[in-house]
Amino acid sequence: MNLFIASVQRDLLVHFRHPSEVLNPLVFFIVVISLFPLGIGPEPGQLKEIAPGIVWVAALLATLMSMDSMFRSDFEDGSLEQVVLSEQSTFIFVLAKVVSHWLLSGLPLVLLMPLAALLLFLDEAGTWALTLSLLLVSPTLSLLGGIGAALTVGLPRGGLLVTILVMPLYVPVLVLATAMVQAAEAGSDTIGYVYWLLAILFGSVCLAPIATAAAVNVATDQ
Amino acid sequence: MLNWFHRLGSPKIFFEISGRWQVPLLFLSVLMLTGGAAWALLFVPPDYQQGDSVRIMYIHVPAAILAQSGYLMMAGAAAVFLIWRIKLADVAVKCIAPLGASITFLALVTGAIWGKPTWGTWWVWDARLTSTLVLFFLYIGVIALRSAMERQAGAGRACAILALVGVVNLPVIKFSVEWWYTLHQPASFSLTEKPTMPVEMWLPLLIMVVAYYLFFFAIWIMRIRNEILVREKSTDWVKQWLTVR
Repeated sequence: MNLFIASVQRDLLVHFRHPSEVLNPLVFFIVVISLFPLGIGPEPGQLKEIAPGIVWVAALLATLMSMDSMFRSDFEDGSLEQVVLSEQSTFIFVLAKVVSHWLLSGLPLVLLMPLAALLLFLDEAGTWALTLSLLLVSPTLSLLGGIGAALTVGLPRGGLLVTILVMPLYVPVLVLATAMVQAAEAGSDTIGYVYWLLAILFGSVCLAPIATAAAVNVATDQ
Repeated sequence: MLNWFHRLGSPKIFFEISGRWQVPLLFLSVLMLTGGAAWALLFVPPDYQQGDSVRIMYIHVPAAILAQSGYLMMAGAAAVFLIWRIKLADVAVKCIAPLGASITFLALVTGAIWGKPTWGTWWVWDARLTSTLVLFFLYIGVIALRSAMERQAGAGRACAILALVGVVNLPVIKFSVEWWYTLHQPASFSLTEKPTMPVEMWLPLLIMVVAYYLFFFAIWIMRIRNEILVREKSTDWVKQWLTVR
């Protein structure tokens, strides 16, 4: 537990001192969102219809942008190897890494959601559903992305590879989350989707760190 | 029995045993493929709704079944490699990934060709098609990771972890048909229920499925043998085998 808190504290501190790495994906997100009206046309009805998909794909891309750096600096300065060699649990360390990644990239995206919804003319129900869905799914995104980040950490340029490895795993949550926003816009019940997204989240919390820890072991083993 | 498995785990013994299997296996699979295809394409009665286009089923359905179970086999071999560190299992994972990817591609292409006359479109974003496409991406991911890590010692274990993670996707494929109401018909075959098709339609399909599996295994074994020779090229028995040739 001490390792968990210490690791999260350290990551937060490092990123508050150098905030550009945190801010860049957020700026990227807003830029991508604002490109779509320029490309498609400013007609509110059309934008409202495709808004859930646009926002979600942009959020996935923004999350993946910051994914590559999850373990990289620790791997390069050798502290990753020290954690694996120490008697502390790699599982807990990996979970701490995922939590700090979520605090630094997932949570800010959730807070940006109302702005994105405003830019694309979503109504109030749609905005709430969008924010709630990202709040439920963004931890899953960090958990699953951690697997890809750990698998590619030993490679010189892992960034694009992480996207190829992780994107297929994101498909179920993407489908469910956009369906949830569309259901909310149509005025129907969304509680079923909330249960599904929660189920996937809890499943990932239990299983994904095992795979990530195994991948970290492989990466430091060479 | 267990002893036999242990012996088979050694590359040299696997190479010897599989050498005796591969020619009969390949011969039988090619025989069944041509026989089944001829039966399916020439003699099976046309469907009362779909007409002659139903014959694509005999190419498409075995490929779709094999695409999924190929991934299961890859994950099984990956688990064996991670747990017991049997090197042959890593060779099997490496050799099945491109095979599985190509059979998945075949399933997607034949599905598109079948979809055009029956649904009136090459592609629909239905749950089952999408999950087969995702399966294809999963195969591509394993291949991409392997080729990126080619020179590193951990490549085998990293790919095995990725393959096991991807298995999470297989239940999603299986149940996606029931999750969403879709265009795609439910699975035509079930082990527990009587087929809804008449016998002269499902029997050739069964032959084709078995033939696809046999062909898949034959090619898989050939690829494994090839990879064994490459990896063990500095050992005495490979040098001896090569000089005998």
